[in-house]
Amino acid sequence: MKVLAAMSGGVDSAVAAARAVDAGHEVVGVHLALSRNSGTLRTGSRGCCTIEDSMDAQRVSALLGIKYFVWDFSERFKMEVVDDFIQEYEAGRTPNPCMRCNERIKFAALLEKALALGFDAVCTGHYATLEEHDGNLELHRSPATAKDQSYVLGVLTTEQLKHVLFPIGAESDKATIRQEAADRGLAVAQKPDSYDICFIPDGDTQGWLGEKLQEEPGDIVDRNGRKVSSHTGTHNFTVGQRKGLHIEQPAKDGKPRYVLEIKPATRTVVVGPQAALAIKELGGQRFTWCGVAPQNPEIPFEAEVQVRAHAEPVACTAMLRDGELMVITHEPILGVAPGQTAVIYVGTRVLGQFTIDRTVSAVSPESDE
Amino acid sequence: MTIYLDHAATTAIYPAVAARLVEDMQKLGNPSSIHSLGQSARGMLESAREDLAGVLGCDRNEVIFTSGGTEADNLAIKGLYWKATNVDPQRNIIVSAYTEHHAVIDPIEWLEKFQGARVHWLGVDERGVLDLAELANFLAENSSQVALVSLMWVNNETGVLNDIERVVQIASSYQVPVHTDAVAAFGHTKVVFLPGLTAMSLSAHKVGGPVGVGALIVSRAAKMISVQQGGGQERDLRGGTMNAPGARAFASAAVLSAAKVHDEAASRQVLLDYLVEEVSKAIPSARFSRGSAPGIPDLAHFTFPGCSGDSMLYLFDQQNVCVSTGSACTAGVARASHVLLAMGRSEEEATGTLRISLGRDTTRSEIDEFLATLPAVHAAALKAGLTA
Repeated sequence: MKVLAAMSGGVDSAVAAARAVDAGHEVVGVHLALSRNSGTLRTGSRGCCTIEDSMDAQRVSALLGIKYFVWDFSERFKMEVVDDFIQEYEAGRTPNPCMRCNERIKFAALLEKALALGFDAVCTGHYATLEEHDGNLELHRSPATAKDQSYVLGVLTTEQLKHVLFPIGAESDKATIRQEAADRGLAVAQKPDSYDICFIPDGDTQGWLGEKLQEEPGDIVDRNGRKVSSHTGTHNFTVGQRKGLHIEQPAKDGKPRYVLEIKPATRTVVVGPQAALAIKELGGQRFTWCGVAPQNPEIPFEAEVQVRAHAEPVACTAMLRDGELMVITHEPILGVAPGQTAVIYVGTRVLGQFTIDRTVSAVSPESDE
Repeated sequence: MTIYLDHAATTAIYPAVAARLVEDMQKLGNPSSIHSLGQSARGMLESAREDLAGVLGCDRNEVIFTSGGTEADNLAIKGLYWKATNVDPQRNIIVSAYTEHHAVIDPIEWLEKFQGARVHWLGVDERGVLDLAELANFLAENSSQVALVSLMWVNNETGVLNDIERVVQIASSYQVPVHTDAVAAFGHTKVVFLPGLTAMSLSAHKVGGPVGVGALIVSRAAKMISVQQGGGQERDLRGGTMNAPGARAFASAAVLSAAKVHDEAASRQVLLDYLVEEVSKAIPSARFSRGSAPGIPDLAHFTFPGCSGDSMLYLFDQQNVCVSTGSACTAGVARASHVLLAMGRSEEEATGTLRISLGRDTTRSEIDEFLATLPAVHAAALKAGLTA
């Protein structure tokens, strides 16, 4: 096969590309330029997206004896990922830009371009596996539980699964990959993992958003609508946040309060006790099936749901109802915010995903009194 | 076999120059040493200076050897700017154009950001031709505040030949110093150190010399401040041990390439006209970027609507054809060309570019092989679209 190896400059994609070469594929390395201001060499490496990372990817390609190119997706990235990120925060939601990048850039724009230029598949260094059952491809969790990245791949569609390769997806731990990189003489063997959001290099999301969004003061209220404080902009808050609320009156129970909900339309931030963060039901209109869709998704079925990249999966009943994919969890779950992606698993298989736009708390407001 | 049509990025060193360079590099002696081996090295360096001066029609003392074109541009721009503002702090405007090479734009923007320079960017028309009436008008109004004018002789992306003689004429009448980056001109059109010109940048590897050598030709009358201190080996304008073998190789390549420019201009123009005509025939939507503007006969720059340059580059490379989207830039990212944007093209148009640059030995059959691959490459790139 003619394989395009997407190379971030990190160790995972380097070893993935090396294994694709070993497997006898005709491999070309491609680094995605995603930022117009990718910084200079002096700003160092982040694990992806800087010039140093691009040069690391180039060096690995040379050692593997494959050709290497940098493709500029910065315009698409800005529109589809960065602007989307800002708009989601403006709308009071908490987006996952890595997910959006997989959905719109790596396995969409890049894959489309690769297929148009004569490639058969795109290979990446993600930890997840593909299994074929009855002629249908399924996406499964990696056996490397700690590194499993099936969550961020939950957006892949049936058609996309046909054109992706995850050569290191079944590896049981990262140390093995680093050792393999070292054995192959790849200088990226000990390179630290990427972290944070690539377009916010200093990790200060709130500060970065503050530069993009205007101050729009509003009220901080409790679940019964009583004002307890004020704020300078809803983008400063995420659901589950405890610090920086500046509430002077203590709650009746004397316990700290947390952000429960953000309502940009009225510029209101709703706070309440930690217990009220517990969610029992979530749903979203924007969903995709990963691989073959269930035959009758309207009939409730038992599954697991995961709401963040490294969150524990939670048992649930899932169903398609009125055009919305939704789950009712068997146990209340914490750390759920609209804008996040919920990925539905059946066993180790990724069945589908939705962007959360509705949550129902497990605790009623009356209990705040 | 690989078809190399990216000679504007770098071109092959003359074999005789390379052989002599290898020999010279094994000779012991620092040109600044007083003993006999030092004097031999000095002899090598000064003979190179004389030969290069001979090609350029300048005084031997006006040749300052540098590490390349970029260093020469930095020395000229910063050196002239600092001298001018040192004498008169009000004289802090730099006049240039946004079609310049980054080796000129970046030092100017650095002076603007860190040293209080003001910049007047001249406009160009849709072919990339400088608006010299604007230059004349601007200097008529502001000449007492202008530290220098820096305008390139030939554009490295489009091959447009600027009327540097006229630029010098205009600026001289206001006693404003003129620097020209002649890196893309040298070896492709007749380049001499024009009377009235203050400084001119050159690079060896674009004319069949080695990488890592260049020169700034600085008029004896020029007033400048050095950028790199440390011994002042080159007329007190540049410190550092001099690269005598490199300078020797540069001068030899310059002599050879200047003769070539003179003898083969007509035949090279025929080759370029053929290339431009055949590309237009094969891909009617392709646009020859400089249009009717005067240009050098070794470079053709095109835009291909609906294609992205990086797709075309990849596809040509698969066919063993090496071309470029414009100037080679940081980390190999094919960005929208700042030159085309300055020419008023849209971001989309400035993304679908291809530069084909011919070398001294480029043959018609190589052009034909390029042309044979073009239709399929164009079709696939069009299908891949403007994903950038």
